[in-house]
Amino acid sequence: MLPTLSHDEILRYSRHLLIPEVGLEGQQKLKAASVLVIGTGGLGSPVALYLAAAGIGRIGLVDYDVVDFSNLQRQVIHGESTLGKLKVESARQRMLDINPDIQVDVYNEMFTSENAFRIADPYDIIIDGTDNFPTRYLTNDLCVLTGKPNVYGSIYRFDGQASVFNAGDDSPCYRCLFPEPPPPGLVPSCAEGGVLGILPGTIGTIQATEAIKLILGIGESLSGKLLLYSALDMSFDFVKLRKNPNCKVCGEHPEVTTLIDYEQFCGMPANDHDSGSAGDEWDISATELKARLDAGDALHLIDVREPHELAISRIPGADLIPLGQLAARMHELNSADEIVLFCKIGTRSVRALEVLASAGFRKIKNLDGGINAWAEEVDPSLPIY
Amino acid sequence: MPVLKLPTPLRPYADGQSAIEVQGQNIAEALNDLIRQYPSLQKHLFSDAGTLRPFVNLFLGEEDVRHMQGVETELKADDVLRIIPSIAGGING
Repeated sequence: MLPTLSHDEILRYSRHLLIPEVGLEGQQKLKAASVLVIGTGGLGSPVALYLAAAGIGRIGLVDYDVVDFSNLQRQVIHGESTLGKLKVESARQRMLDINPDIQVDVYNEMFTSENAFRIADPYDIIIDGTDNFPTRYLTNDLCVLTGKPNVYGSIYRFDGQASVFNAGDDSPCYRCLFPEPPPPGLVPSCAEGGVLGILPGTIGTIQATEAIKLILGIGESLSGKLLLYSALDMSFDFVKLRKNPNCKVCGEHPEVTTLIDYEQFCGMPANDHDSGSAGDEWDISATELKARLDAGDALHLIDVREPHELAISRIPGADLIPLGQLAARMHELNSADEIVLFCKIGTRSVRALEVLASAGFRKIKNLDGGINAWAEEVDPSLPIY
Repeated sequence: MPVLKLPTPLRPYADGQSAIEVQGQNIAEALNDLIRQYPSLQKHLFSDAGTLRPFVNLFLGEEDVRHMQGVETELKADDVLRIIPSIAGGING
């Protein structure tokens, strides 16, 4: 039995009720539906806003973070008035302002193998709005093991991907496409690479659209297809996805039959808070670097950021060799010199350090925390970005 | 000549190019030509043993080459080969 709609609800959703594919029954289906949104960041913001406005009866939100100033460029469900507040609470407040007739459940915790079954249990559909590989694989495996559709979205700079995984017998899962994650360090995060603020809006609204189509049982789903969106080219390309019979979780002889340790599987932490440390032996702190420069030590500072980042901040005397060019320009460096590598927060410089170390360089250091740490500890005239 | 579309995360290793003309009768030869033009891409696409890394997804047109003849799949002059990357998405920063 579908829930009935009050007169207020009929007025609120009148533009839906006028569409024959939705109608009164469709709106009742939306009211009866429950959707879990993993992450209330760039992707989760538009997803949660539109699902709330559309009248999804029960929406769960999982996030453990608080609203940060640098989130507001794209995480449009939050605002200055909720800075420092829990993201799930900030999001719930906004959603209930849009639509007080819905139920919003909040889970202020990291989504982990230990709590995923409990959190996901009451929901029909899971929306993957995560920012890291371990949580993505966890979300995928959970959906396969519990038989719930996984509405996927992912973003980087100007590029987005979206699909619907595990939405029926022939529907592939995320692992059918990406059997294993890239090794840490080979794929940059948005914290290092950046993301156009509008991009998660585009991909997130596509995810919300796919979830609503699944609930209503209308249209053609993205299941079995991967959408590749380029904001720069304004292109929407599709490729075909097939279920992989050898998939380790949804294949004919699955090896993964329960949730595993996804941080270990991916070899990286389940967050996008990059660590800029190479380990004690290789690190130099901003304060220590300043002291050594002041003492007149001959250090060769190499900035491995991209040229456009020099306009934001720079350390005087440093030479620019972007990480992508380092292997080809290594001859510009003298392995007898003492070299200090740095970037924005230390992620790229750790990779640069690995490149030089594998080429035989030994007198190399990584500026722990990057130029942002330098701005914080040594030169407050520089902005942190 | 076939064209290989490179995803954003790999473009810094190919002078910022997004589409590169590659020579080859099949995908393996085209990838070798790509590496010849941009050696820095080597470690992102191939393991130390020289095999294509498992997270590198190659599509010829709309089709996953794993469902064709893999890197042995023959190429035509107007083919578009595409590498589809794992991207994680992003908060913070």
